[in-house]
Amino acid sequence: MKMTMMGNYAASWGAQLSRVQVIAAYPITPQTLIVEKLSEIVADGELDAEFIKVESEHSAMSGCIGASAAGARAYTATSAQGLALMHEMLHWAALARLPIVLTNVNRAMAPGWSIWADQNDSLSQRDTGLMHIFASSSQDILDSTVLAYKIGEQVLLPTLISFDAFFLSHTMEVVDMPPIEDVDKFLPPYNPEYKLDVNDPRSFGALTSEEHYYEFRYKMQEAMDQAINIIKKEGKEFEKLTGRYYDLIHPYRCEDADLILVTSGTIAETTNVAVDELREEGKKVGNLKIRIIRPYPKQDILNVIKNCKKIAVIDRNISCGYHGIFAQELKSALYNETNIPVWGYLAGIGGRDVKIENIKEIADDTLKSDKPEDLIWKGVKL
Amino acid sequence: MAIKFRTDGKEVKITGEKDMPPMAASLGLMTWNKTGSWRNLRPVIDYDKCIDCFICWKFCPEPAIIIVDERPVIDYDYCKGCMLCAEECPKDAIITEVEGK
Repeated sequence: MKMTMMGNYAASWGAQLSRVQVIAAYPITPQTLIVEKLSEIVADGELDAEFIKVESEHSAMSGCIGASAAGARAYTATSAQGLALMHEMLHWAALARLPIVLTNVNRAMAPGWSIWADQNDSLSQRDTGLMHIFASSSQDILDSTVLAYKIGEQVLLPTLISFDAFFLSHTMEVVDMPPIEDVDKFLPPYNPEYKLDVNDPRSFGALTSEEHYYEFRYKMQEAMDQAINIIKKEGKEFEKLTGRYYDLIHPYRCEDADLILVTSGTIAETTNVAVDELREEGKKVGNLKIRIIRPYPKQDILNVIKNCKKIAVIDRNISCGYHGIFAQELKSALYNETNIPVWGYLAGIGGRDVKIENIKEIADDTLKSDKPEDLIWKGVKL
Repeated sequence: MAIKFRTDGKEVKITGEKDMPPMAASLGLMTWNKTGSWRNLRPVIDYDKCIDCFICWKFCPEPAIIIVDERPVIDYDYCKGCMLCAEECPKDAIITEVEGK
């Protein structure tokens, strides 16, 4: 059934379709609508779940951890400072191998106090061990939520689904809601082998010496490696169900491209339009959308970029003291593998709008340039 | 690697990561780990004063106060000597002793 909805509600209904059993959440703009809608859905009896109102985001993730350890499907949502407050428990969720799904509406970190789109909040959680999706449409948000449980429950890893504040969270888009009967067939109930069970008592997260800790990390990395194939397999299963395919990367007109723009989130969608216009002008430009950054799709990226001449990465984030994080990651993937030069652009930091013409300028500047640069502040007012 | 014993009597031999659960979950209970040896202070119940209100049992952060024949009993195998029970006892029926060798 096609419906018009805000990105935030796509997350709420994605959680409902996944039949989450425990929601522990604390409000924060621009995420609040997600859990507000879920609290209504639970109160109206449309979802058989416990909604736990907690006193902080740290407690929200802690509640999800307890629920997931007991074998329940757990969900929460947050933004920016809230995600930062969850940080300790994100490590815990990942190392405890609990397939919680966490939605983060990408919002700039304060100060200056901001509620607008910026990826620095979720990229700061890059090394916690969560799988990390950047959704670029409301449909992507809803579908990713269902897929995140399906994939996460196989590899026992939590998933962070991020999407841009306001450009997606509060924008109405048409979303195809799959019937819950179809989702039920795709996503069976969660039944983990190891869970809190009074009839089979065991301790969780107990003291782990150097004798075993290293091997637990090995297992986590192994799970991330396995996740790459499972993401593709479940993407294809989901396509059979809905006609929509989701992969780690989504290349657009990259086959014969001289220049490939590397993008994520809503900027990726705008870039597809810019690429069409650039192609009409006779410029061979493609767009490589990175949908999943953990596990990092290195081989997939190498397969797409192998024949291009230049790459320009557009980052709505910065690791201050170095440069854009997607650019860093891409360059590390290319090192030892190719000699294709990489230009690193910043755009849209703190929610500044990135328009089609801005992306076309980035493409034109890169096509003209013969000297790659790590950090180009596109549109900065100096 | 270490050999762990399940409380149900089954022995599990860990020879590598393949034998381990995916996360740091023990293969059974941790009852073999007798944490009573950590104790510096020793709570002792004066049963003449004790009114069996079980407030100590409720407050004990370990399950180190157990109920035996309808009375609270301190399980010194696991009591770490935090003395919360003595603090909370409404009748001051729990005496603090310094633990000896």
